[in-house]
Amino acid sequence: MTVAPPPSGPVPYKRELALKLLEDMLRIRRMEEKSAELYGEGKIRGFLHLYIGEEAVAAGAFAALAPEDNVVGAYREHAHALLRGMPMEKIMAEMYGKREGCARGRGGSMHLFDAQTRLYGGNAIVGGGLPLAVGLALAAKMKKESRVTACFFGDGATAEGAFHESMNLAALWKAPVLFCCENNQYAMGTALARYESQTDLCAHAAVYNVPALKADGQDVVAVHEATKQGYAHVRSGKGPFFIEYLTYRYRAHSMFDPDLYRDKREIEEWKTRGPLHTFSARLKAESKLTEEEFLSMDSKVNAEVDRAVAFAEAGTWEPVSDLLRDVQSP
Amino acid sequence: MKKMSYREAVREAHREALAGDPRVFLMGEDVGKYGGTYAVTKGLLDEFGPERVIDTPLSELGFVGAGIGAALGGMRPIVEVMTVNFSLLSLDQIVNTAAALRHMSGGQFSVPLVIRMATGAGRQVAAQHSHSLENWYAHVPGIKVLAPATIEDARGMLTGALADPDPVVIFEHVLLYNVEADLPEPWTKDIRSAAIRRPGSAVSLVTYGGSLPKTLAAAEELAGLGIDAEVVDLRVLRPLDMKTILASVRKCRRVVVIDEGWRTGSLAAEIVAQIAEQGLYDLDAPPARVCSEEVPIPYAKHMEDAALPQPEKIVAAAKALF
Repeated sequence: MTVAPPPSGPVPYKRELALKLLEDMLRIRRMEEKSAELYGEGKIRGFLHLYIGEEAVAAGAFAALAPEDNVVGAYREHAHALLRGMPMEKIMAEMYGKREGCARGRGGSMHLFDAQTRLYGGNAIVGGGLPLAVGLALAAKMKKESRVTACFFGDGATAEGAFHESMNLAALWKAPVLFCCENNQYAMGTALARYESQTDLCAHAAVYNVPALKADGQDVVAVHEATKQGYAHVRSGKGPFFIEYLTYRYRAHSMFDPDLYRDKREIEEWKTRGPLHTFSARLKAESKLTEEEFLSMDSKVNAEVDRAVAFAEAGTWEPVSDLLRDVQSP
Repeated sequence: MKKMSYREAVREAHREALAGDPRVFLMGEDVGKYGGTYAVTKGLLDEFGPERVIDTPLSELGFVGAGIGAALGGMRPIVEVMTVNFSLLSLDQIVNTAAALRHMSGGQFSVPLVIRMATGAGRQVAAQHSHSLENWYAHVPGIKVLAPATIEDARGMLTGALADPDPVVIFEHVLLYNVEADLPEPWTKDIRSAAIRRPGSAVSLVTYGGSLPKTLAAAEELAGLGIDAEVVDLRVLRPLDMKTILASVRKCRRVVVIDEGWRTGSLAAEIVAQIAEQGLYDLDAPPARVCSEEVPIPYAKHMEDAALPQPEKIVAAAKALF
């Protein structure tokens, strides 16, 4: 595989937005690095899917959404919860399995929910969130609410029937869904070309007459611009829109994955396109960022991570007497 | 009292729901222009328009999932799935999302969704349109499962289901749609309890759905033989109203559970297990079951009949307890 040159060129944003995008990516990176460390210590268990390498997608996309929008995520969704506005404390506590977590410790890493920010999961069935997103959008349309439903999913989901059924339904109903496909090029350990007869994912959207765009998922500017464009389309009432963000995960699929199915050189090549270092270099070149400012941003972010860990550590266990609570409404 | 068919009763319940609550809408395959596979929803499209009565593509997973999403978004969808066999295509959304969401989200989101589907055999439509898989759904915590077997319940249970904040699955047996009876007024909207359809004292016949008319016929025949059978209609398959069942067993001291599902792992098995756990010493004879034979339901009439619970099998099972 030949990897494209690193993202470059001017950053067409005011300093404030540019630094926010950088800080959002850094918050994800540091939270994920800490999560991996805590997994090693046995503080976090079960499945843990890290977003390291894909930060530009969430940062660029979420900056284009509004508070009234709905968000549906998949199972690599820590970043989505964080950028949607869930405090890092609640995410970390959830991964610890503590009662102070967003779902009282019942969901863990893959099931982050937040009614307050309209985050409807956290769905660990590949493709499972797509029909849900269509329904949320349908409800918004029926209630004449001006709300976009942004649905995030991986490339692997495009092979599921749920993806095709949802694209068709959304197009048929002109449902205001922004389909955000995070193409990290592997469905767990199976490379795209090994599981899709049509590897151009936008072509799958075209079948359903859903307009689509490709964006360089390692370039936060490209992500943000594409998302704004897709968002404007959906918001204007023209129906769904599909964006394929071409990205790469630098870590294994989950903490259980020995990562034997891809060449180490490929990972190294993709690291030359790292969303954080390429973006900070561009900002520095434009004098929008100094090394001191970056270090100060980093220590602020690290302090947030430390607070989140302390919060999770201090958290409590849901009493076993609450085991059956919420199976049904009271 | 007004005489109507089961089909009309379900339709009236829909009409009332659509007229009374702007959040209610109906979607499913051929519910609109075609008028419903079993003609249940005939006329509703003209009355309520295509935004409230939505014909869907053949995408059970997609539109059941969309129903869940719409419920989360503040609507009160009624999703019709043509048959329980087809509902297997949407099982993922029902089990992994609708049923789990409230608990898994720490109580943040509930799913006020009603899913209706036809079930059961007896119309010679063979193995892919005839099964009774109610127990698959009754196995899952987080959903309620209803089986209206009378005109009154066909009219009332949908209202009760729509008032419930959690997902409810309603099974309508295909042989019931043409059954006619008087609708009592007021009719019940209860979705919590079992009902005694025929009081008796010698043997308790516990059943639900399409097996109710067969069981009542068997009870009549048993009466002619001097055996006074009580018929318990479960109505609600999850959670089971064990209080009513156990009270009937305690009174009659003999029990036969009649269930169109396959015997192995059936709802009847669960009921018998609970009777054994909680009422074993009330019994004068081992509990008995009449279920479907362990075979894909065949097409030929005589073979289909042989595969299913029938009044004569129920009578034989009850007589064997004395």
